[in-house]
Amino acid sequence: MTSFGVVLQQTVGADLLNLLCNRDTEKVRPIVTRARLTSADLALLLSPGAEPLLEEMAQQARRITQARFGNAVSLYAPLYISNKCSGSCPYCGFKRSQKIKRRTLSIEEVEAEGIALSRTGIQHVLLVTGDCPGKGVEFLCDAAARLKKRFPSVTVEIPPLEEDEYRALAQIGVDGVTLYQETYHKPLYNQLHRGSPKDNYLYRLDALSRAGNAGMRKLNLGVLWGLSHWREDALKLALHARFLEKNHWRSQVLLGMPRLHNVPDDFAIPHPVSDRDFVHIIVAMRIFLNDAGIVVSTREKPAFRDNLLAIGATQFSAGSKTEPGGYSAADQKSGAQFEIDDQRSPQTVEQDLARLGYDPVFKDWDRGFIS
Amino acid sequence: MSDKLVIAGREFSSRLMVGTGKFSSAAVMKAAVEASGAEIVTVALRRVDLDAQSDNMLAALDMEKYLILANTSGARDAKEAVRLAKIARDGGLPPWVKIEVTPDPRTLLPDPVETLKAAEELVKDGFVVLPYMPADPILAKHLEEVGCATVMPLGSMIGSGMGIRTRDAIEIIIDNANVPVVVDAGLGLPSHAAEAMEMGADAVLANTALAIARDPSKIAEGFKLATIAGRLGYLSGPGAASREARASSPLTGFIR
Repeated sequence: MTSFGVVLQQTVGADLLNLLCNRDTEKVRPIVTRARLTSADLALLLSPGAEPLLEEMAQQARRITQARFGNAVSLYAPLYISNKCSGSCPYCGFKRSQKIKRRTLSIEEVEAEGIALSRTGIQHVLLVTGDCPGKGVEFLCDAAARLKKRFPSVTVEIPPLEEDEYRALAQIGVDGVTLYQETYHKPLYNQLHRGSPKDNYLYRLDALSRAGNAGMRKLNLGVLWGLSHWREDALKLALHARFLEKNHWRSQVLLGMPRLHNVPDDFAIPHPVSDRDFVHIIVAMRIFLNDAGIVVSTREKPAFRDNLLAIGATQFSAGSKTEPGGYSAADQKSGAQFEIDDQRSPQTVEQDLARLGYDPVFKDWDRGFIS
Repeated sequence: MSDKLVIAGREFSSRLMVGTGKFSSAAVMKAAVEASGAEIVTVALRRVDLDAQSDNMLAALDMEKYLILANTSGARDAKEAVRLAKIARDGGLPPWVKIEVTPDPRTLLPDPVETLKAAEELVKDGFVVLPYMPADPILAKHLEEVGCATVMPLGSMIGSGMGIRTRDAIEIIIDNANVPVVVDAGLGLPSHAAEAMEMGADAVLANTALAIARDPSKIAEGFKLATIAGRLGYLSGPGAASREARASSPLTGFIR
């Protein structure tokens, strides 16, 4: 299969990048309500010329979201296995220069975390690890095998793997992979990750294709909003999602929407994304990718997050702890990857969603389908 | 800008394919095929006499000028389709085959299960396979995965001239395809061909509409121009076609 890297090179040229700079609102207006958008249409939707049409775009995004997802919002929580990391990504709370308490859970501790987390009502767990050599795929398989006894859905957010390794996880019962490219801007990517285990743009870029080949049912991609210019990253992200939908048509494609807020003190967010820009991205994604799940994490504030449901978001994390051991041994105070802006418990999120007219869904998958 | 149709690595300037059945004579057929500008011409194997040097149908066509695409019309299952294709290749026709498996002689609807089986076997055997198929997006992906060079969903029943009644499904097929999509069957008027091309189809195939028109050559030219017109419409990114928006309560008021 063609690498998305090749597709990206062939598709995103001067023509599309020029459209991203469009300032003519009238060029954008007819596109907002059109079906089956082209990549040129997408570029126009992301352009400055689209900004006066944000409300119209939000209305269209709402119609599409309602038609495809109704009022259901699925909930999940991350389970951090380790905050040890040999990476030096300057924006991350786990980078090796951070003076934090480091910890890797033993398999028994993972199980204890699973018990504590499942008591909160969460049934979809996302296993997270940093780039830490030593904890191989066998450990992840073991962890997944134990967790799936308690959780109908187990997905992973881990460094990119080989296809065989993804297959091993899939066979154990892992049903999805989350992997963010961080930024599609290759020079910036290389600059940020030089000398880090992540220092291979293309290997990361094609990882979700390998996961799809291995039979993973959910492919969750994203960028860290704030690292690079959002218009160009949004364009490439959407094209990547469309590529995965087309070539891994048995898998559901989801977009993660992590926005940089709380970063290490020695790092300044290069291209901050405002609330208005963030909404612009979400509605453009929804209009272009009608069927993609859109995941918004607890990095966003409660009221802001809830408002995003009307315009495209379909999945929330809830009650998240971003430090290993956070659910069962909170007193140990290991270092967290990022500060949580939405501190609500799963139950509070559930009640708030119901009050707003949404159906909070804890279980929408069953491991019986695969093992 | 070059806008060639590429099938299995071979380039074609025309995006209209035509069939050779149902014409009143070989001469009328030949004139119509020429007027259509088509470069790919389908021939029903059951009609061809590969042993006779002077086979009416093939003799009428300049084999250098056209790619003769044998079809398995009349086959009721995969086994029959595979046998027909092999006979054609052994008889000297190019190893390109349009699979048609139509077990129901009344509707001539393509059998999805047998079509997929035949496609898989013929691809393995080295054929360039173009399958006529129901307008089913999942079947299209399966056919693509077994190695078909195109997919050919039907617009409506063969010979019905009803145009594109499977629009929604064909749109999904087009959006998801990695191989050319050829809308085949049911195109009764040039405007139907234009409609398919405007939707983003890579090519169209017409036969009965040409064969039964009072002036086959004239309608063949009409199809030729309509195919080009539809293609230009698609490539231009039309601005007028959009669904109407209905305003409701503001959704972006929460942004500070």
